[in-house]
Amino acid sequence: MESIKAKLAKIVGPDYVSDQPEERYLYAMDPGTMPPRKPDFVVLPENTAQVAAIVRLANMEKIPLVPMGAGLVLSGLTRALKGGIILDMKRMNRILEVNEISRYALVEAGASQGMLQAHLKKHHPGLKHSMPDAPPMATLAGNVLIHGSGHLSHAAGFHSDMLNGLEVVLPSGEIASLGSCAVSPAWFARAPLPDLAGLFLGWAGTTGIVTKLAIKLYPRYKYEDILIFVADKPETVPDILYRITGAQIAEDITAWMTPKPLWAKGFQHINITFAADSKEELIWKRNLLRAAVKPYLESKEAGFMPLPPPMKHRFLQVPASDLARFADIKKGGGFEYVGAIMPVDRFPRAYQEGLNIAERFQAAYSLGARIIGVNHCMMFFYAYAFNRADAADVERAQQALEATNTAVLAMGGIPWKAEEPAQKQILAKMNPQMLGLMNQVRAMLDPNGIMNPGNWEVN
Amino acid sequence: MYPLQYDPHICENCSSVDCLTRCQYMHFDLKTAREEKNRILEQADTRVLADCVTCYACEEYCPNGNHPFYQIVELQEKKDFLPAPAPITRQQIVMMQPKGNLQPAKVSAPLVNLCAFPMLAGSIRGKLFEGAATVSGNDIFCNIMWLHFGKNSLIRERVPQSIERLHTFFLAESGLKEMVCFHDECYGAYTQLAAAFNMAVPFRPVHLFEYLNRRLDELKDNIKPLGAKVAYQRPCSNRLAPHTDLLLDEIFRKIGVERAVREYDRENALCCGGVLRGHQKDDLADDLQRRNIEDMRAAGAVYAVFNCPFCMFTLGEAVAEKGLFPILVSDLCQQALERK
Repeated sequence: MESIKAKLAKIVGPDYVSDQPEERYLYAMDPGTMPPRKPDFVVLPENTAQVAAIVRLANMEKIPLVPMGAGLVLSGLTRALKGGIILDMKRMNRILEVNEISRYALVEAGASQGMLQAHLKKHHPGLKHSMPDAPPMATLAGNVLIHGSGHLSHAAGFHSDMLNGLEVVLPSGEIASLGSCAVSPAWFARAPLPDLAGLFLGWAGTTGIVTKLAIKLYPRYKYEDILIFVADKPETVPDILYRITGAQIAEDITAWMTPKPLWAKGFQHINITFAADSKEELIWKRNLLRAAVKPYLESKEAGFMPLPPPMKHRFLQVPASDLARFADIKKGGGFEYVGAIMPVDRFPRAYQEGLNIAERFQAAYSLGARIIGVNHCMMFFYAYAFNRADAADVERAQQALEATNTAVLAMGGIPWKAEEPAQKQILAKMNPQMLGLMNQVRAMLDPNGIMNPGNWEVN
Repeated sequence: MYPLQYDPHICENCSSVDCLTRCQYMHFDLKTAREEKNRILEQADTRVLADCVTCYACEEYCPNGNHPFYQIVELQEKKDFLPAPAPITRQQIVMMQPKGNLQPAKVSAPLVNLCAFPMLAGSIRGKLFEGAATVSGNDIFCNIMWLHFGKNSLIRERVPQSIERLHTFFLAESGLKEMVCFHDECYGAYTQLAAAFNMAVPFRPVHLFEYLNRRLDELKDNIKPLGAKVAYQRPCSNRLAPHTDLLLDEIFRKIGVERAVREYDRENALCCGGVLRGHQKDDLADDLQRRNIEDMRAAGAVYAVFNCPFCMFTLGEAVAEKGLFPILVSDLCQQALERK
């Protein structure tokens, strides 16, 4: 009888399938704290037809399938919790179309953030996409599918809000097109059809394998600038954010709070980036932002950090490099964070909880919040760095993360791209009808339970 | 401790009130200036405390050397009229505090003090600074910047500490009597400001312009005149050492550049606007930046020359966008020496 490896090799070619211990070891983990879970096979398909063939094989053999982009989710969502096959999508990295006028890009699911950023800069300098503050090798698809956010999220919402359509291989092996591309050759919107894209957003790969997607692009202006607002009373921050977002001028608004360097400790910094096609327009926009917080400036209760132009460049980097620096603060390559989606009015409590947890677990921390939409919500992040070579340090970070998840849920937030234990905490709190509906959807789409099993499951 | 050498009787009897009538940012006729001066003397509320841009110019304008600016800062602090928002001031205080990690070291002459600008160490090079040692960092920061934040208390606390560290850690340790101040701020702090606050300075601060003149004389055979017109952005702290502005003329003459006649130069120099952004006065900062650059261009300058690194950080990109070449005085001298 032909082995599964041989069958996979027949689909993708022998060079792109492995069951060797080295690959299984490397694909067992991500840079977060979740313990390794080894897959039985790693396979790198080249096209949608190969993905569909692999899915059909897995269905026949009832082998778990775990789709993976760059493997940078940090919360272990691409670990093979019940063994099986990891589908590494990196070979499917083509940028298929950029529609300049309709401002969208159609890409394969393995295309990275950095690839699209470079492609647009070179070929479409008037366009950009919303970059997350992840390493540039992070995939566009992965970030959209986890409801990521980025440098245009104040202006345009979650990255899943910027999705125009999907091509997805269903657990049955069928290939479905969702969004305008289901009817039209153009990938311009999810409206006005029934929106089935939601069946694949936030599901952690438990409902199908996305192979193509179209995302919205936005104008890249000639000039950009940043203001950093500094406050020292966390209870004032929701109002400050309400005012700044109300101006609807910025592209990105991100708060950051960190104990190092020492000058940052105890302050709430709010980075506000904005852009324009002329210097005059840039100043006009800056003045509108300043006007939005005028009462704070006049009372001198808070204000903008003086930043000479050369010092702004660091803060205008996309993706931001500071978090990557923090990620290696303890050396040993360990970094994870709880990103909590929550209402902006929870900011003071979220901040205080972060300080309390970091102190309780003596964890190296960095806190922050990216504002989504016009203060509609925020992705508040609690980042903990740890030394992977130090078991006690890893455990300390794990405990801090779990305590953070508990605190987030208690204050009405929801852990984002939740790792397995956090998913269980969320499910325990979830409206039973929603949970039931989720289970029905999964049972309908994936009756053999092959899609990333172990995620979004009660037991 | 360290009382300000300010004599209210001198101000009482002053008829010209140059400190206010010559101010480029607050506009007073003589009558109003006298009224505001009296309010300052009575330590009453006055718009001067809120509107002062902290440009130091009145220290230069005062015909009596009575330190009117330092007295304004004294009152700003006393009456809690801090120019910048409280968190900004608090953050700067932490940012610039001594780190306590300085180690005594024997250094060679000339000792060049780069103050809080260690990133400028690349400018200390070549024959101009042959054999020079540099010191920099928060532990020897001259701390004059607190004048911009209404914080004379920090001047009193931190300036003597920096003087002490410079002396004991480097100068005394190395048997040196003098130190070159790369930045006007340091020179102003260790000469005019220290005297105003009755602080002893056990070494001789050497202004960068004095040092450059000395070296250019020694290297005169290596100088290839640049033959260019330059616009000079005189910094606020040079107001504390106006005599050194003439030394700059000497430098320019020696390296063959023409100091463009600007409306905003010499005693009429206009602030670069950097500090005003900290004061949240962006409109005024924009206006000053625009006027400075238009003035430089109108004067036909090729180079925009700075001695204050902060002025260059503030204006450098903007002047470059307008076609001028931003450069520090010392680097301009290097160009004349390195030119082939």
